[in-house]
Amino acid sequence: MSEYVLEMKKVTKTFGSVVANKDVDLSVKKGEIHALLGENGAGKSTLMNCLYGMFDSYEGEVYFDGQLVRIADSKHAIALGIGMVHQHFMLIPVLSVIENVVLGMKENKEVLDLKAAAREFTALGQKYNMEIDPWVKVEQLSVGQQQRLEILKALYRKAKLLILDEPTAVLTPGEIDSLFEMMHQLTDEGHTVIFISHKLGEIMKICDRCTVLRLGEVAACVKISDVKDHQQLASLMVGRDVALETTTKPVELRGKRLEVESLCVNNDRGIAAVKDMSFDVHGGEILGICGVDGNGQSELIGCITGLRQAASGKVVINGTDALGLNPGKILALGVSHIPEDRHKYGMIGPMTLDENLILVSYKQENYSSRGFLNWKWIAQHGKEIIKNFSVKTPGIKELAKNLSGGNQQKLVVGRELDRTPDLLIAVHPSRGLDIGATKYIQGQIVEQRDRGAAVLLVSTELDELIELSDRILVVFDGKIMGIVERASATREVLGPLMAGVHE
Amino acid sequence: MSGRAKHYLGSISFPVLSILGALILGGIIITAMGYDAAFAYRNLWGGAFGNMHAFSETLIQTTPLLFTAVSYSIAYKCGLINLGAEGQLHMGAMFGAFVGARFAFLPGGLHIVFVLLCGFAGGALWGFIVGALRMRFGASELITTIMLNYVALELLSFAVTNQPFRDMTPGAAPRMNVVIESVRLPILLPQTRLHLGLFFALLAIVVYYIFMWKTTKGYEMRVAGLNPNAGRYAGMNIGTNGVLAITLAGGVAGLGGIVNVIGLQPFLTEGFSNNFGFSGIAVALLGGCHPIGILVSGIFFGALNAGGIRMQLMAQVPAAAIMIIQGMIIVFAVSRELFIYFGLAGKSIFKRSQKAGGARDA
Repeated sequence: MSEYVLEMKKVTKTFGSVVANKDVDLSVKKGEIHALLGENGAGKSTLMNCLYGMFDSYEGEVYFDGQLVRIADSKHAIALGIGMVHQHFMLIPVLSVIENVVLGMKENKEVLDLKAAAREFTALGQKYNMEIDPWVKVEQLSVGQQQRLEILKALYRKAKLLILDEPTAVLTPGEIDSLFEMMHQLTDEGHTVIFISHKLGEIMKICDRCTVLRLGEVAACVKISDVKDHQQLASLMVGRDVALETTTKPVELRGKRLEVESLCVNNDRGIAAVKDMSFDVHGGEILGICGVDGNGQSELIGCITGLRQAASGKVVINGTDALGLNPGKILALGVSHIPEDRHKYGMIGPMTLDENLILVSYKQENYSSRGFLNWKWIAQHGKEIIKNFSVKTPGIKELAKNLSGGNQQKLVVGRELDRTPDLLIAVHPSRGLDIGATKYIQGQIVEQRDRGAAVLLVSTELDELIELSDRILVVFDGKIMGIVERASATREVLGPLMAGVHE
Repeated sequence: MSGRAKHYLGSISFPVLSILGALILGGIIITAMGYDAAFAYRNLWGGAFGNMHAFSETLIQTTPLLFTAVSYSIAYKCGLINLGAEGQLHMGAMFGAFVGARFAFLPGGLHIVFVLLCGFAGGALWGFIVGALRMRFGASELITTIMLNYVALELLSFAVTNQPFRDMTPGAAPRMNVVIESVRLPILLPQTRLHLGLFFALLAIVVYYIFMWKTTKGYEMRVAGLNPNAGRYAGMNIGTNGVLAITLAGGVAGLGGIVNVIGLQPFLTEGFSNNFGFSGIAVALLGGCHPIGILVSGIFFGALNAGGIRMQLMAQVPAAAIMIIQGMIIVFAVSRELFIYFGLAGKSIFKRSQKAGGARDA
C-alpha cells in the first residue's frame, strides 16, 4: 500500500467558462496534517467539494487508500471514510446534538435508538477530551462547541480523512489551541487531516506539509520544516511579495465623533447583554473592541447603528443624540457600517453589483432624482468603486452572490467607505478573508483614520486589533474590562482581560 | 454564446418545458377520456389563433390576466404572496360599476377616468386591509388574502340582488346597475369584442417595470423582498413598504376587474370573472414575474381559455380538460426539480456546465 491515503491527479473543474481547478495534483500522506493554502477564489473549496462528492462531474483521477474512486455524492464520501467540517456548519439548530449526529446515517433503523447512540457519542467525546451533552439543542451550543460537534459527527461516522475548512475563523485563541491539540491526537491515532486555511501562522505551527493553490493551479507543495518564514508562504500564495505589516502614522486626534454613556442593551431573549458601558471615539483614532464572540459586541453595535433598542443610557454621534433614531437617520449622521454578517445585512445576493452598491445611498443626489434612479450615473460610479477597491468581477451586472467571499466583502467595504464617513463602524471586517483581501481592507480602514474619521473596530482576531487599534477596549460579559493603549497592547495583557480576569 | 444569453435561455427553458409537459399529459388524459386528442388540440389552436376573430378572443381573455399577474408580481417582488387578486378584482369591478352607473353629468372621458380610479381604489382597499393586518398584528397575508376573496364574492352576491346596487329593469337577471353608455371602453378592432382594456393592461406591465426597476420606491420593495435585513440595515421601513406593495397589488387587480366590465358588458353579474384572479397567479409564476414573461404567459393562458371553448364545441372535450392542463402547467412550473431529475434542464448556469462535463465522462 502506498504511503498516501489520498491522491488527486490532474483534477480539473470548470463552471461554464470559469476554470476553478486546473490539473491540480494533491497527495496527502497517511497520518499527516496537510495544509491547503490559497487566497479566496484560489479553488480550495472547489477541490475539496470534488473530493466530497458535491459535484456530479470533474476531470481527473482520485485515489483513496490506493483505489481509484469516483465519488458521486457525499454519502459515498462518508462511506469511504472522508469527513468534512464546512466553514458554515451543516447542523440543524432546533434538533438535539445526538439527533444531528445520527441524521441521515444509513445504519438508522425505522425507530431510532438514540440512547445507544448517545452512549457511543459520549464515549467518543471523552476520548478526545471534548464532551458535549448529547441531549441539548444545537442552538444552545456556542460556535466552538458546534464545531467540535461537527468533528465528532465525522468521527462517529468513522472518518479516516478529516477535511477542516477554515476551522479557526470562528474560534477564540483558547479554543484554537484545543482544536490543535485534538488534531494532533487524531493524527497520532492514524487519522489524516486536511487543513484549509489562509492563516500562515497556524499552518506554520501545526501542519506537516502544505499545498499552495493559486488561481486554481498548484503553485507549490512544500514541507513546512523547509519553509523559512511566513513571508515565504505568503509570496507563494499571492505570487508576489506582500507587506505583512500595516504601517501606522501617529495619532492626530480630532473632535469626539461617538460618545457612549452608561449604555445598557438587552439581547433577543431580554437578558442584559451590554451593561453600563461608557466610552468615546475621536476622529483620527481607531478604537478596537476586543472580546470573545458573544460578550455584548453585537448588541452594542446594533444599538449604536439603530438596529436594536437600548434599555437605558446615551449615544451621541457627531453631537446629535442618536439613541432611538432609525438606522437610516443614523447613517445620515455620517456613519458607515460594515456589518458583522455581510450575507445577512450587508448585501443582497440575488441583486446585481450596482444594485448592491446603492443600498445605503440610493436616495441621495446623483443616485436618484424625484424618485427615479439614475442607473447610468450609478453604473459609472459603481465601476469606479469596483476599480478603487479592486473587486474582482466580470462586470457591474454580475449578481453579488456569484462573487467570492473576499470580493463580496470588498464590495461592502467599498460601498461604505465611498461615503467618506465621519464615524466608521467596522465589525469583523476581515472575517473569513484571505491575507491579500485582509491586508487590503485593513489598509483601507487605516486610511480612513488618517483622513480623520473615527473608527470603531470590532474583531475577534487579536492580531488584527493589536496591529490596527490606537486603543483597545476589552469587553467581557457585557462590561468594559479595561481600555489598553497601543503601546501596552499585547496578547499577554489582553488575554486575561478577555477571560474576565483583572490583574 | 455570452453568459447573458445563456442566462436568458436558461430562464425560459423551464416555462417551455412546463407547457410541453402539461400539453402532453393533457393529451394523454383527453385520449384516456375517449376523445381524439389531436383533433381537440387542432381546435384548441384554431379557437385561439385560427383567425383574427379567434385571436381577438384570446387577447380579450388575456387582458384581465395581465392585470392580476402584475398584481401578484408586485406583491411577490416585495416578498409577499398575494392570493387575493380574485377578491380585489371583484371589489374593483363593484366600485367601478357603482360609479359607472351614476355621475352621468361628468363628461365621458373624465367619467371613464373616474370609474377606473374607483376600480383601482376598490382593489387597493382590499389590499390595504391585508397589509394593515399584517403590519399591525402580523397576520399572514396568505390567509387574509384568501379569506377576503370570499368576503368580496359574497358582497357582489349581495349587490346584484339588493337595492340600491341591483339593476331594477323588469325581467333582468340579478346584476348590478347598467353602466352609462359613455363609460364603455371603445372597441379596438371592428367586428370583434377586443376593447381598449388590452392597452391598459399593456400599460400596467410597462408601469410595473418602470416602478419596480427604475424608481427608488420599487428598489426598496425589491430589497425588502430579497433581503429584509439588508433593508433594515440601510434604514428602509420594511413594514410600510409591504403595506404599500399589497395595496398597489390590490389596486391593479381591481383595475383588471373594472376594465373587464366596462370593456365587455355594461353590467356586473356574479361569475363575471373566469377565475382571472387565480389564473393570474399562474400567469405570474409561469412568467417568472418578469414583464415580458407575464405578457407571453398571459397570452398563452388567454389562448387556453379562448381556444378551450372551441375545443369543447367541436371535439366535445369538456372544458375541465383546459383546467387540468392549466393546473398541470403550474405544478410543473413550481416543481423545477422534476426536470432536473430527468436531466432535461439544469438548476442554473452552474449545474448546466456540469452536465456538459458529465457528457464527456459518459
